[in-house]
Amino acid sequence: MSVLIDENTKVLVQGLTGREGSFHAQQMKEYGTRIVGGVTPLKGGQEVDGVPVFNTVRDAVAATGASASIIFVPPAFAADSIIEAADAGLELVVCISEGIPVADMVKVRQYLQPRSTRLIGPNCPGVISPGKSKMGIMPGFIHRPGRVGVISRSGTLTYEAVGQLSERGIGQSTCIGIGGDPIIGTQFLDAIKLFKKDQDTDAVVMIGEIGGSAEEEAAAYIRRFYDKPVIGFIAGRTAPPGRRMGHAGAIIAGGKGTADEKMKALKKAGIRVCESPAEIGERVAEALS
Amino acid sequence: MKIHEYQAKELLRSFQVAVPRGGAARTPEEAERIAAELGGRVVIKAQIHAGGRGKGGGIKVAENAQEAGQMARQIIGMNLVTHQTGPEGQKVKLVWVEAASEVARELYLGITLDRAQGKLVVMASQEGGVEIEEVAAHSPEKILRETVEPDVGLQPFQAMRLAFGLGLEDKAVRQAASLILNLYKAYVAIDCSLAEINPLVLTHQGEIMALDAKINLDDNALFRHADLLALRDTDEEEELEIEASKYRLNYIKLNGTIGCMVNGAGLAMATMDIIKLAGAEPANFLDVGGGANAETVENGFRILLSDPSVKAILINIFGGIVRCDRVAEGVIQARKNLEVKVPVVVRLAGTNAELAGQMLEQSGLNFAVGKGLRDAAEKVVTASRQSA
Repeated sequence: MSVLIDENTKVLVQGLTGREGSFHAQQMKEYGTRIVGGVTPLKGGQEVDGVPVFNTVRDAVAATGASASIIFVPPAFAADSIIEAADAGLELVVCISEGIPVADMVKVRQYLQPRSTRLIGPNCPGVISPGKSKMGIMPGFIHRPGRVGVISRSGTLTYEAVGQLSERGIGQSTCIGIGGDPIIGTQFLDAIKLFKKDQDTDAVVMIGEIGGSAEEEAAAYIRRFYDKPVIGFIAGRTAPPGRRMGHAGAIIAGGKGTADEKMKALKKAGIRVCESPAEIGERVAEALS
Repeated sequence: MKIHEYQAKELLRSFQVAVPRGGAARTPEEAERIAAELGGRVVIKAQIHAGGRGKGGGIKVAENAQEAGQMARQIIGMNLVTHQTGPEGQKVKLVWVEAASEVARELYLGITLDRAQGKLVVMASQEGGVEIEEVAAHSPEKILRETVEPDVGLQPFQAMRLAFGLGLEDKAVRQAASLILNLYKAYVAIDCSLAEINPLVLTHQGEIMALDAKINLDDNALFRHADLLALRDTDEEEELEIEASKYRLNYIKLNGTIGCMVNGAGLAMATMDIIKLAGAEPANFLDVGGGANAETVENGFRILLSDPSVKAILINIFGGIVRCDRVAEGVIQARKNLEVKVPVVVRLAGTNAELAGQMLEQSGLNFAVGKGLRDAAEKVVTASRQSA
């Protein structure tokens, strides 16, 4: 099994007619994802590489029966796209767009709260259940089907971790890039809960970074309720305070959110913490043996 | 984006937040003229982005206009060193001259995002004028908090509750509550990421006023505030960081000797971390982004080479959408076009990594190839020692 997506998930692409949207839709189709439609206002009726385009998410859902969507629209319009997807009743929305204003995400989060739509991202590489489906921009070929879950705030650092796993023959059940922004739809804690329910996930890799306290919250939960092995790494030990390290969410503010603080919280929860990003694969292998 | 205190005060004034009367001066003469207009005692405040200005000698009180001119002369042009500027300090170009307030009490007021809740939070404390982080660390109960529900915004009763919590009385309660509501309006209207009034003061005359003002703007929202872009002061930024931003590279200067160029912020941080584990310090954070190509790599090289403290360079690219052969092309091209005197270690993984490795080998240029993260970090640290 896997979490969030599998070979049956029908996916829409919001922003399909754009450069990013059309490129990644093609990549996802090649991986085996069931891309059933695209959404771009005023371009309904067109086709992009054989995929029908609709004016609204509602139209697309009615015509295709899609349950998920992936968003590639410019940041100024992305919040609207997320809300439109939730309004149409989609179960899963993955938002790749980077640079959405925080105030917009405050509203999105508030809108989603009473609804059942799960948002992944924004500013994330997406989700992949290797061998089944990919809703994201990650290189599919580095993954292998298997039994380790991966949750990460970062993009290429996730690829690095996945690469280390696959190199050792350790496959992945699902890899979730939760995103590098201050407000994201799915936190480490939510993702851990998903894996807890998945009988085919034997261990989880959690890759955090400086800023916020989401890693600590997940650690507190893991300590009490999650008994499978968790392997953790926190990026940004060398980051200076007060500087935003690329991701809008990666900033040590008021002495809070340092890597050392997070590593301590993870260790306290019994998580196997990697001191170096090079040892993620080794530590997972150890945990599984 | 950070802005200066005087810019923040002028903005806040336009939102009916009470600030002391004052004006900005670039010369001592201007400062003297403003002081004369204000009359009486004035405060001269150096305008740099870093905090801790008072301790560094950047804030002075003058009894009259003539003295104000003299003090401005001392401050304008000085290299102000505070705990936030680093030892190199920051040159002062401008001072803010304001009417001195007779302070009875110093309070704290701030608005920012509570990431855990995904909502704004307004904070107030009777412990103003000191580092609020210290108050938070030692006596968190002294910080009052009101969470803003996004549907309805900050409510008057919440502002009132904070004002009472600050121990204010009579008309000062109403004044403080309306200042809090107006600060919130400003925060939302201009897309702040932080608005902090420290100290918020109660004067002997019973007035509530923002004696200092720190405003950070959400970079992601600047596209809808073209007017605020003019408030950016590039003199406050690292020259190489400005240069890098022209090429859409995300660069932050640090104090070590290993220059690094990486795709993706998380991997860039992890690369810095592993350099440290290998026994050296990173000279920078450099994220060339998701669309790295030959040109961005060459520009990245140019930035790294302009930093004289760089003794060796580590390039770490995990190709996803980015193809490693394109990156290798850029590395080879840069090596040919630019004078690269320091050793370069390249680690490429992911899409077309093998092809890229062959290209680097066959280029006949001097690269060390890292096999994996650890090997690459160890190689670059060893190389930096030999070249130093």
